[in-house]
Amino acid sequence: MTPPPEPGSLLVIVPALNEEGAIAGVVHSIHQHVPGVPVLVIDDCSWDGTAAHAREAGAEVLQLPHHLGLGGAVQAGYKLAYELGFDYVIRVDGDGQHDARDIPRVWDKLKTSGCEMVIGSRYADLADSKTGTVRRLGIRFFRAVLRPILGKPVHDPTSGFVGVNRTALGVFSASFPLEYPEIEALVVLQRRRFRFEEIPCKMRPRVTGRSSITALKSLYYIVHVLLGVFVNILKFERRLHRPPEQGGKGG
Amino acid sequence: MDRLLNVTTALSIVLLIVVLISVRRAHIRVEYSVTWLLAATAMLVLSRARPVLDLFRRMAGLPDTPLTLFLLGAGVLLVMFYRFSVIISHLRDDNIALAQRVAILEYHLHHLRNHEG
Repeated sequence: MTPPPEPGSLLVIVPALNEEGAIAGVVHSIHQHVPGVPVLVIDDCSWDGTAAHAREAGAEVLQLPHHLGLGGAVQAGYKLAYELGFDYVIRVDGDGQHDARDIPRVWDKLKTSGCEMVIGSRYADLADSKTGTVRRLGIRFFRAVLRPILGKPVHDPTSGFVGVNRTALGVFSASFPLEYPEIEALVVLQRRRFRFEEIPCKMRPRVTGRSSITALKSLYYIVHVLLGVFVNILKFERRLHRPPEQGGKGG
Repeated sequence: MDRLLNVTTALSIVLLIVVLISVRRAHIRVEYSVTWLLAATAMLVLSRARPVLDLFRRMAGLPDTPLTLFLLGAGVLLVMFYRFSVIISHLRDDNIALAQRVAILEYHLHHLRNHEG
């Protein structure tokens, strides 16, 4: 992957850990629906053939020397994209649950709306979604917590299908939540008075493997994210606040 | 009471010796041994200077001296845990940044080699 020669360039990043069964399909699907757009798989030190399968499928691979967790892996991709000069980055999960057909819509929304982040929302209508009761309650809880903080409703705060523009890319390259980053990232953006939009997207069942979410992990998740949200609110980072008129490439 | 103070004295001396041996064998870096050495020395001094301990007890309004010694020890440990949490957090942040940088540099190196090859 050479530095992008033209403005408005997009990079699709795919953080992956032990996804050798799904990663090739994910990469092929992205190439099929957004041809010509480079795909960067961030291998979070998998012990299976994730990196090899991704390369064979035609993706670039950023291999982390040891396991950093989701936030660390995503931030590594953001850092590389920022260094290479990309204007837009869209993140999709490596398990095949995000539909690559939605990527062009997220990209278009990023370009036309001018907002810093676009979320591919699975739960634009939570009542209609095929979500378990516990998860539905969790999402309702975080919606209620985030509503006054963000100043607007967010339907799917835990979505990993997220696009950012270069302004947000610069912020996330410097500072990004390391564990369970999705919700905290919204608060980080809000602290800088950035804007986000949601567009409804479809979610597919996992192609291979199993979700690692257990009841205990869910409880830890809620406590951890709540703490992270309130710590981010209390942080005072004057120099990181966006000035009224933001200059720079792609912003 | 004297027996408790003697036990505290002995434990403080053992802690000092263990920390010094660990530093000598490079199991603990010198900069991280300072907190342990200060804590052990403080407990040693308090256990041997009864008037100082009584002064703390009166200042804190505590009913007896053993409780004062216990609370001071717990306080010292809390400060040390806090200090080590700060150090570990810094180390983790540095470690993550380094791992990301290594991965990005390897990526560039890989492409440079391909380009030259």
